[in-house]
Amino acid sequence: MLDRLQELKDEAITKVKEAGSLNELRDIRVTYLGKKGPITEVLKGMGKLPAEERPKVGQMANEVREAVASLIAERETRLEEEALTAKLQKESIDITLPGRPVNKGSRHPLTSVIETIEDIFIGMGFTVAEGPEVETDYYNFESLNLPKDHPARDMQDTFFITNELLLRTQTSPVQTRTMEKHEGRGPVKIICPGKVYRRDEDDATHSHQFMQIEGLLVDENIRMSDLKGIFEQFVKRYFGENREIRLRPSYFPFTEPSAELDVSCAICGGKGCRTCKQTGWIEVLGSGMVHPNVLRMSGFDPEKYTGFAFGMGVERFAMLKYGVDDIRHFYTNDTRFLSQFTRV
Amino acid sequence: MLVSYKWLKDYIEIDDLTPQEIAEKLTRSGVEVDIVHEMNQGVKNIVVGKVLECEKHPEADKLNLCKVDIGEEEPVQIVCGAANVGADQFVVVAKVGARLPGGMKIKRAKLRGQVSEGMICSLQELGFEGKVVAKEFSEGIFNFPTEIAPGTDALGLLNLDDQVLELDLTANRADCLSLIGTAYEIAAILGRDVKLPEVTEIKETKEKGSDYVSVRVEATEDNPYYGAIMIKDVTIAPSPLWLQTKLMASGIRPINNVVDITNFVLLEYGQPLHAFDYERFGSKEVLVRRAKDEEKMTTLDDVDRTLSSDYLAITNGTVPVALAGVMGGADSEVSEDTKTILLEAAYFKGTTIRKASRELGLRSDASSRFEKGVDPSRVKKAGLRAATMIAELAGGTVLSEVVEHNNLDVTPKEITITLDKINGVLGTSITNTEVNDILHKLQFDFEEDNNQYKVSVPTRRQDVQIQVDIVEEVGRLYGYNNIPTTLPNTATTPGGLTSVQANKRKVRRFLENVGLHEAVSYSLTTTEKESHFKDEGGYRVKVASPMSEERSTLRTTLLPHLLDALSHNKNRNILNVNLYEMGSVFSTEEQTVTKQPEETTYISGAIMGLWHEHSWQGEKKPVDFYVLKGMVEGLLAQLNVIDKAEFIQGEGKGFHPGRTAKLLVNGVEIGILGQLHPSVAKEWSLTEVYMFEINLHRLLMEEVEAIRYTPIPRYPAMDRDIALVVDEGVQAGVVESLIKEFGGQLITRVALFDLYQGEHLEKGKKSLAFSLRYQDPEKTLTEEEVTKVHEAVLNGLEEKIGAKLRS
Ligand SMILES: [Zn+2]
Repeated sequence: MLDRLQELKDEAITKVKEAGSLNELRDIRVTYLGKKGPITEVLKGMGKLPAEERPKVGQMANEVREAVASLIAERETRLEEEALTAKLQKESIDITLPGRPVNKGSRHPLTSVIETIEDIFIGMGFTVAEGPEVETDYYNFESLNLPKDHPARDMQDTFFITNELLLRTQTSPVQTRTMEKHEGRGPVKIICPGKVYRRDEDDATHSHQFMQIEGLLVDENIRMSDLKGIFEQFVKRYFGENREIRLRPSYFPFTEPSAELDVSCAICGGKGCRTCKQTGWIEVLGSGMVHPNVLRMSGFDPEKYTGFAFGMGVERFAMLKYGVDDIRHFYTNDTRFLSQFTRV
Repeated sequence: MLVSYKWLKDYIEIDDLTPQEIAEKLTRSGVEVDIVHEMNQGVKNIVVGKVLECEKHPEADKLNLCKVDIGEEEPVQIVCGAANVGADQFVVVAKVGARLPGGMKIKRAKLRGQVSEGMICSLQELGFEGKVVAKEFSEGIFNFPTEIAPGTDALGLLNLDDQVLELDLTANRADCLSLIGTAYEIAAILGRDVKLPEVTEIKETKEKGSDYVSVRVEATEDNPYYGAIMIKDVTIAPSPLWLQTKLMASGIRPINNVVDITNFVLLEYGQPLHAFDYERFGSKEVLVRRAKDEEKMTTLDDVDRTLSSDYLAITNGTVPVALAGVMGGADSEVSEDTKTILLEAAYFKGTTIRKASRELGLRSDASSRFEKGVDPSRVKKAGLRAATMIAELAGGTVLSEVVEHNNLDVTPKEITITLDKINGVLGTSITNTEVNDILHKLQFDFEEDNNQYKVSVPTRRQDVQIQVDIVEEVGRLYGYNNIPTTLPNTATTPGGLTSVQANKRKVRRFLENVGLHEAVSYSLTTTEKESHFKDEGGYRVKVASPMSEERSTLRTTLLPHLLDALSHNKNRNILNVNLYEMGSVFSTEEQTVTKQPEETTYISGAIMGLWHEHSWQGEKKPVDFYVLKGMVEGLLAQLNVIDKAEFIQGEGKGFHPGRTAKLLVNGVEIGILGQLHPSVAKEWSLTEVYMFEINLHRLLMEEVEAIRYTPIPRYPAMDRDIALVVDEGVQAGVVESLIKEFGGQLITRVALFDLYQGEHLEKGKKSLAFSLRYQDPEKTLTEEEVTKVHEAVLNGLEEKIGAKLRS
């Protein structure tokens, strides 16, 4: 009987090895390991054996069963893998074909500059204030220390609607409007982005409509050195860590002392190039300590409060940042221009 | 203001500094120098020549043959085309080998058979601007006013070795509108002295000025000082060369000695003066008064002017002879025959001058200085300086005594300030020694006692009026660079955006992500463009004097701007364009605007062309109403107002009558979307365009519920699909809301998944297929329960709109 078992085992092994499909394997399993299979048959005939031989035959029969079963399992796995590999092979695609396109719009570069600057100042505790584009003469000029016949009004040629109403020439009126709301109590920490209008012929560097961002910080004991400190933080975050700042004395009717802020030129690193007109510096904004008259008119006591204000041209920032050479691009809405800002 | 470097040296010692170094220092301390002009634009080898003989070229009418002594052994022959060349003139000769601006090289030449060894030059050929060349030489060659040894180098004589600083002065620094003022500024930076010209009192004469003229000022507030100086027996002639070249370097055209001297003193002192021809003045009285409305006069530029009572006039007691502070009159202009001069040195109030100058569009060197305020203590001095020079250069006699009206305040402004205040504003720790030093350099008189300052500001610095002005003076000369960098000691404040601001960003992000490019356009437009969308009648906000009709009216809709943009792109063959804009529109209820208009933020979009291009995976898909609607729905969902929103079939001016929806939120109309009316599209040369416009302000005013979690259903849902046949005219939206109505609470979703119209259906019918989802949050629905509700839905639909299940 042992010989028969050995024979069965060899026979099964050969068949398993030759099996080319899962179906054949299933047949082999049924044939050899099924209830009616030869091994079962052998076991059934065990009763005729002497008692001492039975365990030996039983043991061998089990061994043969297990050996065949594990061999089948092994072969099964192999065949499954092969079948899968073949299937995957057949499913292969040309991954160089283009993907299904998604429509992607873009943020206008001016919006992008405004939001970036807003976020930097929000990080420093500022809030964003807005105001009307059609302003009164009072808020646009008089409250900013520019009485009706002030010569500095010429700096900003104005679109008047009536004698008292105009298109704002600057975002500064939002300063006074906000200060009034604070009813003489600090701190006031705002930045005010928005559209402004001046009577300029549109050309590569002028636009009758453009955008500004105004900033204001009023509190007790605000110093010009604080203005430098805030600017330094802002410039490093907006333009980059290795940029330097420089203040130059200037004049604005609503600040005293007044200063222009220059940033070291990124293109030449300060050595002088065409972009910076060989100076190594690029003028980026006007600023100064809020004029006592402005504080007083907005309800703040200039003996107690000081503050600084600054204003910057958004187009200028965008032109510097993206290397745009003609301001009119910002208002033409050519999608060949706009779509370049999809990544911002 | 143009400042000649060479001329500046008359007032301050600056030999050790180049013009560029001076420019840098001025710029850094607050007087910006725009550019340093080189007077010499590449001219080399020019000399003085004396024309010995001059005759017509035998072969050419317009050419002259000149024999010119240029200081060499033999005179040279030069062919000259200038009409004004003549014998005995002293001229500028560019010798053979000389260079002129633009790299032009002078060579020996033959002109119509005649040798020409050099060129006799006009000033323009040497690089001078035409507007500074004296009239008599503007069409020809230049003549030196006096004899000069032939062969003398002409570069220096013509001041071509000079450099000129162009100051870009801010409105406050009128003090630098003069050589002396600029010298004071440089002196303050360098800590040097200013050398002032010597002005002597008039020598006693037998005849007095008052024998010739009296001065009466009616408009005393406009004119606190008027001085008249009489100068007799002058000879009008060209000015000496040094005076002419100084004026030319400063951008002023030489005219004659007397006028040139007034201009010279204007530049030197910043004090405008005016010389009248006394014989043509018309009376023996100067009367300064406001002009009368409609009063007429002819100014020096030969323009007839109509005056108004806002302007100040210098009159001879009867008629205006000068528009005070702006321009003299043509009738009393100094001419070749003038013998007696009435020289005016006056102080006019800035605002009055400014008004006249602005209204008449007449800007002069005088008006720009008076407007900003001249130094009251220099008025008379300037007059005396000019009178002395006239006597010297035009050979006249100055009559003693200045005839004047004087109630001019020349007391210096006194400002008290503490050292603490200075340091408190600047954030510095400047010592009193440093402040003292700065005030000394500024040549401000002051007293200091225990860090308390009493500063007496010289009248030339009219801009320094209050404490912070002193702070600025100290700060800028201390150097803004030396101010430390600190952070404010202010209370910490939470920064951030308001919810409206944050939502606006959300709207932008959404529209960017669904494929729209953000556009920004101008707020100013025309009513004509808007008329395609807006009814006639409504009032508009208009600019009083627009720069162009195109930019005359404030917009009330963003749509025309988007169409302009589409059209711009289309003209460049960009046919698939998707844009949105967020911006203000302006409306008023008033016919004549008296108060600020209502400004409302709108969000608008426009799409045209293909939404999906033809690709290997599928056919192209043009934009249509539903692409647009999908965006608007998405936006409403993003803002969490979709459940309150409703689209109803509607019409809007400029929109396709069958393809337009009104957007209602909480029953209030706040927007429109649809196809642009084809005939409006044609106006922009466009075809199929879809656009929306929503009052974003209103949309963002909606109360939005905060997000609250609802439990995920624990019991299964059951989906049933139905295909309904309804009349063509029945709107899908109506069917959908009926399903919801009849299905009640158990229906949790209704989605249209097919629309069919065609041969398999009866004419006039269409089939709508919906997928319905039934779900009960409390329990598992049984087949029977669902069927019951489903039957109710079907029955209801049949009853209400005759819908039948499609078989
Ligand atoms: Zn550079």
